[in-house]
Formats: sequence, C-alpha cells, structure tokens
Amino acid sequence: MKPFATLLDRLVLTPSRNGKLTLLVDYFRTTPDPDRGYGLAALAGALDLKSVKPAMLRELVMERMDEVLFRYSYDYVGDLAETISLVWDGGAKDVADHAPQPRLSEIVKRMNSLGRTEVRGAVRELLDQLDTSGRFAFLKLATGSLRIGVSARLAKQALADMSGKDIIEIETLWHGLTPPYESLFAWLEGRADKPALATPAIFHSVMLANPVDDGDLEKLDPADYAAEWKWDGIRVQMSSHGGTKKLYSRSGDDITGAFPDVVEAINFDGVIDGELLVGGTKRTNAPTRTFSDLQQRLNRKTVTGKMMDEYPAFVRAYDLLFQGEADIRDQGFLARRNRLADVIDKAPHDRFDLSDLVPFTDWSELNRLRVDPPDPVIEGVMIKRKDSPYQAGRLKGPWFKWKRDPYNIDAVMLYAQRGHGKRSSYYSDFTFGVWTTTDEGEQLVPVGKAYFGFTDAELEVLDKFVRDNTIDRFGPVRAVKATPDFGFVLEVAFEGIARSTRHKSGVAMRFPRIARLRQDKLPRDADRLETLVAMIETREAKT
Amino acid sequence: MKPEALLHPTPAGLFCPIGNFHVDPVRPVERALITHGHSDHARSGHGHVLATRQTLDIMAIRYGEDFAGSEQAAAWGEEIFVNGVKVMFRPAGHVLGSAQILIEKDGMRIVVSGDYKRGIDPTCDPFEPIACDVFITEATFGLPVFHHPDPKVEIEKLFTSLKQFPERSHLVGAYALGKAQRVIRLIRDNGYSDPIYIHGALARLCDYYQGQGIELGDLRPATIEKSKPTEFSGAIVIGPPSAFQDRWARRFNEPLISFASGWMMVRQRAKQGGVELPLVVSDHCDWPELLSTITEIAPQKVWVTHGREEALVRWCELQGIPARPLHLVGYEDEGD
Repeated sequence: MKPFATLLDRLVLTPSRNGKLTLLVDYFRTTPDPDRGYGLAALAGALDLKSVKPAMLRELVMERMDEVLFRYSYDYVGDLAETISLVWDGGAKDVADHAPQPRLSEIVKRMNSLGRTEVRGAVRELLDQLDTSGRFAFLKLATGSLRIGVSARLAKQALADMSGKDIIEIETLWHGLTPPYESLFAWLEGRADKPALATPAIFHSVMLANPVDDGDLEKLDPADYAAEWKWDGIRVQMSSHGGTKKLYSRSGDDITGAFPDVVEAINFDGVIDGELLVGGTKRTNAPTRTFSDLQQRLNRKTVTGKMMDEYPAFVRAYDLLFQGEADIRDQGFLARRNRLADVIDKAPHDRFDLSDLVPFTDWSELNRLRVDPPDPVIEGVMIKRKDSPYQAGRLKGPWFKWKRDPYNIDAVMLYAQRGHGKRSSYYSDFTFGVWTTTDEGEQLVPVGKAYFGFTDAELEVLDKFVRDNTIDRFGPVRAVKATPDFGFVLEVAFEGIARSTRHKSGVAMRFPRIARLRQDKLPRDADRLETLVAMIETREAKT
Repeated sequence: MKPEALLHPTPAGLFCPIGNFHVDPVRPVERALITHGHSDHARSGHGHVLATRQTLDIMAIRYGEDFAGSEQAAAWGEEIFVNGVKVMFRPAGHVLGSAQILIEKDGMRIVVSGDYKRGIDPTCDPFEPIACDVFITEATFGLPVFHHPDPKVEIEKLFTSLKQFPERSHLVGAYALGKAQRVIRLIRDNGYSDPIYIHGALARLCDYYQGQGIELGDLRPATIEKSKPTEFSGAIVIGPPSAFQDRWARRFNEPLISFASGWMMVRQRAKQGGVELPLVVSDHCDWPELLSTITEIAPQKVWVTHGREEALVRWCELQGIPARPLHLVGYEDEGD
C-alpha cells in the first residue's frame, strides 16, 4: 500500500497536469504487478472494492478513543477519512516505517472475499497494520471517494507516456480489460502482444474537429461539406452489443450508471456518437434545455427517479461507427448518416433523435446562420466533409467547428487570489464585477471569476496592480481598490450566461476568461448588471 | 503554599509576585525570564532579561545589542535566586538555547517548559524531565491527530521529489530560527553536500548556529538579483514560507513549494498554503509525546498554556490529573 498511498499524498497537492503525469508514470514504472494495476483501477474509477460505511468506521475508532477527543479532532481536520487515519488507536505512535505493510493487491483481494459479518474485524486489522497515509488511502478507497483531481483520461495519458504507445490504442482497449491489467502492462512494456478483446461493448476513440481559423474556409468548396448544429451538451458514445449497453463520455469514462433513462431505452446494436442533452427530443416537440440544466445530471454515480423526471436526458445522434457488428467507420459521413437515420427512426422517440443537417450554399450564408442560430442551446455549427471516414483524434481538414462568437463585457477587478504551482507567487485568479443600483447607490457586484486568457506579460501588469492597490486581505485573497474613477477594467469574454440562485448577482457565466486589459477605460465606463440580464432575456426569448 | 501564589497568568504573561518577574512576557516588563528566542516568547524592551547565553545572543541578533536594559546569562542547572525565589534553566530540546525554567519557593516547584519536544535534534540540547508539583506545558500540537513521523524519513521525500522533478527548484519553507537549521542539518545527514541556497532572513542565524559548532555545510545566498532562473534548476532553496508568496520566489525555475512544519500533518493545511511537498518536521511535541511527558513527570497539576488546550485538559481529566488552561494570549506558534 505504501507506493499507492505516497502517490495519493503527492497527487492531492500537485496542481499541474505535467506534475501529476510525472508522478503517475513514476508510480507505474516502479510499482510491481498486480499492485500497480489495482492502483490504476482506483485512479480510473474502475476498482471494485467492498465498501465500508462511515458509521462503522466511527464505531471502530470509538472502541479505542474518547468521544470528546475524537470530536475535537474531527472538527479540526474536517474530513472523516483523514481524521480516522490520523487518530486511529487513540492517536498512538505510528507503526514503524520499515515494518511490512499489506500490499494494495492483498487488501483488494482480502476485502472482496469477506462475508458480511467479517468486514468489521478485517477493517480493524488493516487499520492496525497500515501507517497513517496507508490508512488514508485505504479509507478513501473503501468509502469510494478518491477525489484527487485525476481523471481516467489522465491515468491513460500516463500509460501512453510511460510506453510511447498512442493513447487512442489504450482507450480502445480499456473497456475490454479488467483490473489488475497485467496483460495491458505487459504490452506497454513490450513483453507481450497487444491484448485481444473479449468484451464487445467497448469505447472507440472519438473523432474531433478543429476550430475554424481565419482563411480556412476560403480554400474549401462548400459543395464538399455538410453542416450540422453544434449543440451545447456533452459529447457521448453509446455502445450496445448483445445486451451489454454502455454510455461513455468523449474521453472514455463510463457514465452508464448516471443515465439509466437513456441506456435502458437503447434498442439497437452498434456504436453511436451523439450529444447528451436534457429536455425533449424534436420528435416530442419539447424544447432542448440549457447546459446548466444538464449539469444537474453530470458528475453523479447514480441518479434518483425525481431527478430523471425533472431533468430527462436524451441523445441527439451525430454519427454511426458500428452497425451491429459491422465496422462502418471507413464509409463516408453521408453514407454513415443514412444508416444512422434508419437506426434512430426505430429507436424510442423520447430518448433519441437525429441531428439535423443545416442546408447552405456558401460560407457567408452559413456564417449568418451561425451568428443567429434558431435555438438558444446551439453554440455554433459543425462542418463535416461529406465523404470523410470516421477517424479517431483531431485531424485537420475533414471536420471543423465554427462556434458562435463569445459574449464580451467590460468589468472591474474586485478581488485577486494567488494561483498555484508556477503561479504561486502571482495574483492570477480575478473576481470581477459590474455596476448595479442598490439602496446604497451605485455599487459593483461580483459576477464571475477568471484565471486565464492573459499573457505572461499581462499577468505581470495585473499582479503589480493588485500588490500596489490592495485595500483588504482575507487569507490568500486580496480586495483591490475599485471606485468609479480608479480601478482596473477587464474585458471579459464568455460562452454563455444563465440565471443563478447561487450567486448574489443572480447571473452565472459559462467559461469566462480575460480577453483584454482595458487600462484605457475607467471603472465608471464598465458594463452594468442590466446588460447581462438582457443577454439572458434575449436567449430566453428564442425558446 | 498554593502554586498560584508563586506563579499566575496576567495580561503581560506568567508573573511571579514574590520574585517580581515575568516569564516570556508579551509586553515590556521590568524583569523577564525568557525560555527561548522565538519572537512570540522573546520580545525586546524589557528592563532586565535572564536567559541562556544562546537565547541572549539570538535576541541580540534579532533585535540589536540594546534589546534590553541589562542581561544575565543562566548556565544549565545553575541555581539563581531572584528576590528570594530559586530559578534554574534546563534544556527543552526546542531550538538552540531553548530552556525550561524551574521556579521554586518553600518546597513548591513549578516548571515552565516553554516550547519543547522529545524527538532527536542534533541542533540543540535534548529535553530533560524535571520533577515538579506543577508542570506548565504547551499544547501547540495538542490533538490526537498530530504524531510526527521520523524526520529522517520525511526528508527522504525531498530527495525522492528531486529525482522525480530534477529541473525544478525545490523551495523548502522553514522558520528562520531553529527549523531552518534543523532542516539543513537533516539534509546534510542524508549525505547531500551540494550548496544549499538560503534566503537573506536566515543568514545571520545560520552563521550563529555554525559558530556554535553545528555544521551546516556550504550555504549560499539565494538573493542575488537578476540571476538566471536556470541557475537554481534542481537546487534546494531554504527560506521563510512567507517569502515564497512574494516576488522573491520568481527567480527560481518552476519552483516546487515545500514546507517543513508539524502543521503539514493535515492535508487541508498544506493545500490551503499551496504546498506541493509537505514535510512533517516539528520542533514541538506531538500528541503521544505530550502524554508520555506528563506521565513521566507525574506532576500534581498540569497547566496548559498555548495551542489546543481543551483536548490536553480533557485527556488529563480522563487520567485523573487536575489540569487547567491558562488562556495566555500572544503566542503564535512561530516555531513551527
């Protein structure tokens, strides 16, 4: 358990992606089978471990500890698993560092072989045998809440980095393999052939589009291309073979458990690429709902019936990769789409519909449609070569995405917070506000936070302003001077805006970033809250 | 005699009315006995200061030669009478020169332990238990969550990280007095002989430690302006933690922030401080050491000064040892 516990300790505190990758690669290289495979499964959310209820853990701690002292400790630490890892055995000295500790693979096998009445005794014994960080790792695994900022995708990227293999190959294999992945590691290390897959309902890496750059389209003949609306949901892949039905995110995370309403409605065999949305399909004549509604359903392991009633999910189909067992990825886009139309036509009308093609004759016509789409949940258009085969990755040429232009406002910097890692000596996270009229007169109300979009040179300017104009400090946060005649105006760009009950201003921006520093403007020239509310109302008027 | 008649808390700090002196007063007083040189215990501006030679030297380094009206050095174990009250200094094992002070009158013996620890530390004399009626203990880490691991094992984490991230400058936060020198010593004892770069705030105290016979090896200033970031690539840099949030830290190559402190036991503390590599190295007792020290000394009463008093008082009650918090204000855990 020691190598995995040490890895967790470091990952929790390492903010940078590259730093995390270095730690992961080091772990996979230096930890033997089968431990590293179970470690990989834990990081990728694929580890099946008998779960332990927090209530039982509390009881175990209390067997050897005064309740008042436990309460003081829990109040101080704040996290139950961490508290227990620290105060176990009443806060006695830790087991010696060189003492042998159970291996991760032993713990997994042991826990999963226990009968219901044996769990309590086994957990007590494991907590005795492990050191503090080993206990923490074990408790996080057994309570099913790792939360260390590592996605399955990042773990797979580390496998690609350690082996020089393409991540697409690893992703394609992934769902056909099970922990501890010994055949996968053997292949990655060049000791064996690529593992053969037994399970059919696997994930196939998705095809991605490049953004349209200046001058890209002039070189292309519009007649060679088809266009579709780009919907503001999440890209998914449905995979169904012989009764095994799966729903994957575009990075290959298995999200089947969170969307039983969609998965149970699948009545076809094959692999479909589409957009996961909430609301009604075209065929039910109910509107497609916004991304903030979809968010209610995301990042959950399970879902309640009430949640599914209030936020019904469906898939708007874009493409067909496999029809039954037949791999049709080599066919052209329109050919695949014709087959897709047949499949969707026979699928339940409330859970599936087909993404419309957008007819156009030249690029300027398409541009007009893009700038003023017919539905507020559309965020632009997709342009796909009519004869393009389905190829994993982001190739330049066959597919483009052409997003609606972002919104822009001028806002005033109100607070700044120090960044992490490389930016730990810079004030790089900025809360900004706009003007509104209150009982106390004109005031700036915070409307969002942005921590990128600026260059390194601009960051120097921003940081200096914060340090020179701090009026108050709250821990790592500084409040800066912001009056009508003195302050820092920031041009903020964002992708969408919605009403919010969580924010004092009543609005929430999607994907805000700092577009430009407006040192030429005074705070009195910045935008007003009414402007933002009007943006929301314009969107709402379209539905 | 009741112990409160010999020593009791006042807004200025612990006061002995018979001897007319304060211990570690937080505001200027006529006569002060000082346990150690951390700035929350040793302040300038007292009329007369009685402390160990090393604590007096450290106060002079930090506040200037005129830090007090007059001074008197106490040797280990020397009996000194202050207005008829016998006082004696014994090592506390906290930082160089740190002492416990025994205060005795008419058979009543009170020990003010100041800050102390029981772990091995080659940069100061080890703690010596003193039999007494009242033991006054700190409780900086007075919660069952705190148990400090072997510092040698902790410092190995720094070397593991240097292997994993050989291009990054490793900035180790450590308070200027005591912790910095102890961390440098731990690094040296691990066999590292390359230059260690130090922040300017550490220079004079490191010089003083070296003058007292504590070998710290090749120390170089990390304060050269306009230096190239690549020059510190893969280097170990030691400085006060506050400096890492400052523009000072920008001269280093992709700095990896580390912090050597007992507080690093709790992940959330490390996370809030932006620390990537916590090293649990403490100059205070952890929870098991507090309990074993009280058990070993077996005083009639325990008074708890600063830190998490309520948990330690609770434990004493459960053991049947009369205990009370003193609610002293002004001590801020500078040393950890």
